[in-house]
Amino acid sequence: MSTTADRTSAAALDTGVWLHGVVAEADPATLAGITGIAGTPVRTVAAAGLVAVVSDAPLTEYGEEALRRNLEDLAWLERAARSHHAVVDALSRAGAVVPARLATVYRDDDRAARALVERRDELTATLARLTGREEWGVKGYVVPGATPRVEEPAGGGGAGAAYLRRRRAQLSAREEGQRIAADAAAAVHTALAGCAVAARRHAPQDRRLSGAPTAMVLNGAYLIDRDGLDAFSALIGALADRHPEIRLELTGPWPPYSFVAEPEPHPVRGAA
Amino acid sequence: MGVTSLVPSSADDPLTYRPVALVDLLDRVLATGVVITGDITIAIADVDLVRISLRALIASVGALAPPELEPAEVEVQP
Repeated sequence: MSTTADRTSAAALDTGVWLHGVVAEADPATLAGITGIAGTPVRTVAAAGLVAVVSDAPLTEYGEEALRRNLEDLAWLERAARSHHAVVDALSRAGAVVPARLATVYRDDDRAARALVERRDELTATLARLTGREEWGVKGYVVPGATPRVEEPAGGGGAGAAYLRRRRAQLSAREEGQRIAADAAAAVHTALAGCAVAARRHAPQDRRLSGAPTAMVLNGAYLIDRDGLDAFSALIGALADRHPEIRLELTGPWPPYSFVAEPEPHPVRGAA
Repeated sequence: MGVTSLVPSSADDPLTYRPVALVDLLDRVLATGVVITGDITIAIADVDLVRISLRALIASVGALAPPELEPAEVEVQP
């Protein structure tokens, strides 16, 4: 690793190594059928009994400066996210995978190998924990009109006063609706978590991004034993019946993006 | 209410096939995923990434989408 003879060619200096994920072993047939982040072949870097699945990424597009610019570009971000996901998804169908966060780039294979060595225990434990399991997403949206109607308030006064009373009642009804939906989301999440190996809630999605007609109150991710999927599905159905105030949407199976070990807070966090 | 089931990547039945929604994917590939600190992205592979990208996304999508009738429910970091 400290030899200076490594990767001194111009091509190597201009190319980074994009990490898709870490597996225990990679089937060459799986890798042959997919392409990497820049349309480059997917290959492996083995170390410490682990395999990093990577693809070459030209630094003109995937170096730090270029990434800062490109990550602000929706079309670029979508293409990168989908390319990365295609590889992670293919790996997850073949076995357990620890997905890498988008935009994890190493200078060369040696650096990628060193990361495997340094985090061997954690990665090995995570792979063991994820084996035979997959992630499912459950989103919950407010259902308009599913919350109790607030009665038209009676009272004296003129048309203006009546309007103000009605308006206040509408606003408090909406707040009440939001509160009821939030309570339902919490109850649904607790119930689903009880049926899952692990669970977490992502931040609700902005409607400008999701295009959803009503507010999202639950954006849950659940790690499920493959054997337990039927029970999980049945529970979602039962919860949907029990909570008509929210509409549930199931997505998956996902690679276990939401359930990889979080590292200790990184000391360079403020260095951006 | 019933459950809408989206099986994003099951091609077994073409009728149920739906592409993965970008916003669902970004929840996962940006905010989560193991951070094996890369040499180049040592500062990018951080929370800042999510913030930058979401701001860009909202700006991009906002230019296309009709204005919201009411404020969005999620605050975006300034």
